[in-house]
Amino acid sequence: MADIDQLRADAMAQIAASDSLEALDQLRVAFLGKQGSISLLMKTLGKMSPEERQSEGPRLNGLRGDVAEAVAARKDALEQAALDVRLASERLDLSLPAPETPQGSVHPVSQVMDELAEIFADLGFAVKTGPEIEDDWHNFTALNMPESHPARAMHDTFYFPDRLEAGDGESRRMVLRTHTSPVQIRTMMAEGPPLRIIAPGRVYRSDSDATHTPMFHQIEGLVIDRDIHLGHLKWTLETFLKAFFERDDIVLRLRPSYFPFTEPSVEVDIGWTMENGRRVVGGSPDPDGGDAGVNGGASGWMEVLGSGMVNARVLEAAGLDPAEWQGFAFGTGVDRLAMLKYGMNDLRAFFDGDARWLHHYGFSAFDQPTLSGGVGARA
Amino acid sequence: MKFSLEWLKDHLETDADTPTIAAKLNAIGIEVEGIEDPSERLSGFRVAEVLTAAPHPDADKLQVLTVDAGSGDPLTVVCGAPNARAGMKGVLGLPGAVVPANGMELRRSAIRGVESNGMMCSVRELELGDEHDGIIELPQDAPVGTSFADYRGASPVFDVAITPNRPDCMGVYGIARDLAAAGLGRLKPLAVPEVTASGECAIGIEIADTEGCPAFYGRTIRGVSNGSSPEWMQQRLLSAGQRPISAVVDITNYLMLAYGRPAHAYDLAKLSGPMVARRADEGETVEALNEKTYTLDKSMTVIADQRTVHDIAGIMGGEESGVTADTSDLLLEIAYFDPETIGRTGRRLGLTSDARTRFERGVDPAFLDEGMALLTGLIVDSCGGVPSQVTRAGEAPATPMQLAFDPDLTRRLGGVTVAADEQARILQSLDFGVTRGDAGWTVTVPPRRHDVEGPADLVEEVVRIHGIDRVGSVALPRAEGVARPVATPQQKMERRLRRAAAARGLHEAITWSFLPEEQAALFAEDGQALWVLDNPISEELKAMRPSLLPGLIAAAKRNADRGAAGTRLFELGRRYFRAADGSSDERQALGVVLAGEKSSRDWAAGRAQPFDAFDAKAAAMELLAEAGAPVDKLMVMGDAGAQFHPGQSATLRLGPRNVLARFGALHPALLGQFDLNGPAAAAEIFLDAIPARKGAATFARSVFEPPALQAISRDFAFLLPENVAARDLLRAVRGADKAAIVNARIFDQFTGQGVPEGQKSLAVEITLQPGAKSFTDAEIKATSDRVVKAAEKIGARLRG
Repeated sequence: MADIDQLRADAMAQIAASDSLEALDQLRVAFLGKQGSISLLMKTLGKMSPEERQSEGPRLNGLRGDVAEAVAARKDALEQAALDVRLASERLDLSLPAPETPQGSVHPVSQVMDELAEIFADLGFAVKTGPEIEDDWHNFTALNMPESHPARAMHDTFYFPDRLEAGDGESRRMVLRTHTSPVQIRTMMAEGPPLRIIAPGRVYRSDSDATHTPMFHQIEGLVIDRDIHLGHLKWTLETFLKAFFERDDIVLRLRPSYFPFTEPSVEVDIGWTMENGRRVVGGSPDPDGGDAGVNGGASGWMEVLGSGMVNARVLEAAGLDPAEWQGFAFGTGVDRLAMLKYGMNDLRAFFDGDARWLHHYGFSAFDQPTLSGGVGARA
Repeated sequence: MKFSLEWLKDHLETDADTPTIAAKLNAIGIEVEGIEDPSERLSGFRVAEVLTAAPHPDADKLQVLTVDAGSGDPLTVVCGAPNARAGMKGVLGLPGAVVPANGMELRRSAIRGVESNGMMCSVRELELGDEHDGIIELPQDAPVGTSFADYRGASPVFDVAITPNRPDCMGVYGIARDLAAAGLGRLKPLAVPEVTASGECAIGIEIADTEGCPAFYGRTIRGVSNGSSPEWMQQRLLSAGQRPISAVVDITNYLMLAYGRPAHAYDLAKLSGPMVARRADEGETVEALNEKTYTLDKSMTVIADQRTVHDIAGIMGGEESGVTADTSDLLLEIAYFDPETIGRTGRRLGLTSDARTRFERGVDPAFLDEGMALLTGLIVDSCGGVPSQVTRAGEAPATPMQLAFDPDLTRRLGGVTVAADEQARILQSLDFGVTRGDAGWTVTVPPRRHDVEGPADLVEEVVRIHGIDRVGSVALPRAEGVARPVATPQQKMERRLRRAAAARGLHEAITWSFLPEEQAALFAEDGQALWVLDNPISEELKAMRPSLLPGLIAAAKRNADRGAAGTRLFELGRRYFRAADGSSDERQALGVVLAGEKSSRDWAAGRAQPFDAFDAKAAAMELLAEAGAPVDKLMVMGDAGAQFHPGQSATLRLGPRNVLARFGALHPALLGQFDLNGPAAAAEIFLDAIPARKGAATFARSVFEPPALQAISRDFAFLLPENVAARDLLRAVRGADKAAIVNARIFDQFTGQGVPEGQKSLAVEITLQPGAKSFTDAEIKATSDRVVKAAEKIGARLRG
C-alpha cells in the first residue's frame, strides 16, 4: 500500500517542521488521536481478511510506532530548545559579589594563652587563676616583699583606698595585682604540694609608654615537689620555649638575678637572629656581638623570663615546710611572647579593639592549638 | 651604674679585655646594659701643636693658626679661643670627626674667607667637663699626632644594673670583688690611709634617734682649700655620669661610687652646737641641696644642730651648710642609717638620691672607720687641712651572721655538683668565713651581705660564681602514657565560647579593666560600690568595670571614628564586684557589642540593615547554647537595665532570679554618653550564672530513635491583644496536646489593615508527630480544636 509510505513521509515531514510544543501536540492528535488519521487507518484492520491483516497489520503498527517515536523525539528536542532559551535568559554576572558571612577572630593574647595551656598540659601543668584585685599580703608580703622592701616600691602599684580586715587584726591594703605570682600563694595554700601549675592573667602596673601599658598579661609557672632543682627549671623553660616557637634552635642564656620570691633567682635571655630583615627568636647569637645591649647587630640576646627556685620564706608564708618541699617558679609576659612569635610591634594596639588590627593579627576560630598539629598558627 | 675599665683596674688586677669582663659580669648576675667606648667618640681628634698664630684679616676675635697634627704639612685652622697661641699643644678635630657635645660633623670650610681644616677643641666640646673659656691646653710633652683618645687613655665605660639585693656592688670595689671571685683576676687590697689626727672633733656628735641612726661618726678638718678635684678623679666621676663640682663634693661622691659608702661634708662655719641625729619635728622644714624645701614629720631621721636641720639623714644634705669654694673648715659625717626608715622617708618625701638608694638597700655596717679614713685621706691629699680625731656615737649592727650549710644543697637545689673545696673557695673569695665540720659547715656571712639569710642564698653564691651555664637540663619526671586532661569544665567552656563567638563573626577585643568613673557608674548595678583606684594613671583608667559593655562600646566608637560601617566585637573577661568580707568578687562574663550596619547596602539585598535587638538575642542564645546552658528552658523577661532601650531589651533567665544574660538595643541616651551615633545592640552573658551541666560525666549520648512516621504540620492565625507576648501564645499552644505537638513556631506577625486596633495577628505553624500509627482526620481535628481553645484562654481567637 503506497499510501502508507506516503503517509509516513508526510507525518515525518510535518513533525520535523513543527516549531512549538502546541503545534507538535496538534500533530500528535491529528495522527495518533482517537480520530487521528493513523488511528482511523488502524481501525480498517478489523475489516480486512486474515491474509490482508497478516501483511498490513505489521506495516500499520510500524507506522504508528515510528510516528509516536518521532513525536516523542521532537518533543524532547523542542523542550531542550525551550530550556536552552530559558537558561540563556537566566545568565548571571557571577563577578558580582556573593553575600558574605562575617569573619570573626580570636585575640592573639587568648590564642597564645591557649597555646601555652596546651604545651604545659602535656607536661602535666594545670591552669590556675586568682583575683586581680588583690590584697597586699598576697601580692607582696607573702612573696617576701614586706612593706619596707625596695622592690615593692619598684612595682609601680595601683592602690585602692579599701582595706581588707584579715582575721587576726591585720589590715591589708587592696591593690591591683602587679604580677600573677599571688596565684602561687593562693594555690599552694588551697591545694598543697605537689603542684604543677601555670597561671595566666591580667596584671597591672602604673606605667605607660611605647612599650608599657598599665594593663598587660603575664603567665606564671610553679612546680613544687620534693626534689625539684634548677636543672628542672632550665629544662622546663627550654622545652616550653622550643614547643612554643616550634624551633629546635632556641638558645637560652641564664643569668643570676634577683627576685624577692626566688632564691637562687635566674633571669633568662633568649637568642635572636635576623631573618628577612626581621628579628626572630632562635639561632645562636654571635658571642662577640650580642652581649651588651647591642641593638644594631645581626643577633643578640633579649630578656624573656624571670625565674628561680621558690624562696623558703614564700613556701613558709604559704604554709609549706621548706625542709620537705622545694620547687621553681617563672613568669613571663604573654603579650610579649605573642609579639615575638607573631610579629606585632605595638603593645598599645593590643587593647584598642581596632577591628582592622584584630582582623589582621587575630586568629581563626579553628586555629585551636593542638600538639599534633603544632600549637602555632602560621601566617 | 657606670664605671670605666681603668677605674675597675684600680681595684682588680686583670688582663681580661672588655668583652670578657662584660660576659663575666653578666654571668655572675651583674647585668651589662651597655658598653660605651669613648675612643670611638673621640676618633678623629688628635694631639696637635700650634706653630703660628696670627690675627684673622677680617675678624677681630678670630685667629688664623697653623697647626701640626703630625701628618704632612701644617694645617690652617681658624680659631676663636683667646688662649690659642703659638707653641701650645691642644686637641685638633679633623674634618669628618663628630663633636661629642653637639653631634656636629666637622668639615673643611672657609671662615670669613680663610679656609679652616678642622677645629681646636674645648673641654666642653669633647664632653670632658664644663670648661669652655678656651681650648684644651695639653702638657708640652704630649706627643703630636697621636690620637687624643690614646693619649688620654680613654677607657671603655660599663653601664651595669645592680639588683636591689646587692648594695655591696653599688661601688666599683664590690664589683671587683665579685669578678675576682669568679676568676677574672686578683682583688687588690684596700689601701686605707693612716690619718694623722690632731685634736678632738670640733663639734659634738650625738644620737637621739638610735633606731633611725644606730651609728654616727664625725670628724672635722680645718684649713682646707676646696678647689678642683684631681684630674684622675674627675675622669672617673665623668665615666660614672657625675659632673665634677668641687674637690670636697667630688670626693664624697667618689667614696660612694668607688666603695658604695655615702658620706656627707658640712661647712663647719655654718653649724652651731652639737650635731644630733634625731627625729624631725612635725612640720619642720629644710631646704635640701637640690634647692627644694621639704616639710618633714616625726617619722623621719635628720641631722640637726641647735638651730636647724642640716641633713635629711641618708638621703640629702641641706643647702645652708653645704660646702662651697669658700669653705675652709669641714665636718665629715659617716653614719649608718636604718634602711627601713630611709626608705619610708624617701617615699613620703618623693625624694630619691644615690645615697638613699644605698642606705635603703643597706650599706656595709663594718666599713665606717675605713670609709672615714679613705674620705679624710682623699680630702687632705687634694685640699690640705688638719683632720681631728673621729668622734664615734653609737655602733653599727655589724655582728656577722652564722649559717649552717650543707654543701650538698648546691646539688639538690642548684642542680649542679660543685666540689666541696671549690664551694669553700668561692665563699671565701666573697669574704664568707667557712668552717668545715663533720656535721656540715658553718658559714659566717660578711655584714655587708644583707641579702644572705639562709642556705639557699649560699647556693646562689656558689652557683653564680661557679657558672649557672654549668647547670645541666634535667627533664621533669612525667606520668606514664598520654598526658591527662587538666582543664576544668569552666576553662573548657570559656575556650569553647571564645571560639564559638569568633566563628559567628565576632572579633575578640581585650579592653581595659578600668574605666572613667562616670562610665563605670552608668553600668553599676543597684547599690554597687565600685572599686575606684587611689592613684589612677589617668581619669580614663580609674574605676574597675562592672560590665564588659562600656569598654566594648568605647571600642565600637573608635572603630566608627575610623570609618567602620559596622562593628562586631566581643570580650570574655571579668566584672569586678565586692564580696561581703571586703575582698574582690570577680565574675566572668562575655560581652557582645554590635554597632552600625549589620549588612551594608548591597546590589542584591538592597539597603544597609542596621543591627537590632534580635541580632543581640541571636548572639546571646547561640552562645548560651555553646556554653551548655539549657536554652529551651530560658525565659525572656524584661528589665535588662537602664543602659538598654526600654522596649527593645530583655533578660534571659532560668527562674525569676537567675539571670544568665541580657540583650537588646542600647539606649540612645547611653550611646549619646559614648558619643556613638546610630543604633547599636549588645548582649552580656554572665558565665558565673550558667548552671553546671548535668550528665556531662559520660561520653555516650542518650539513645536516638527516629520516629517511624512522618510529622505533619498545621497553620493557625490568631488575633490577640498587642501586649500579649508571642512566647505566651506558643506556650499555650504547645500545652494543648503535649504528646502530639512537638513544635510550635511563629512565622508571621501582622498589624494594620484587617486587624482591629490594639490587636495583632500571629501566625503559628504547629508540628504534630504521630506515634505508632498515623493520625486520623478526626484526631487532627480534635487537636486543632484544643489548640484554638488553649489560645483563647490567653485572649487569642482564631482569625476568620
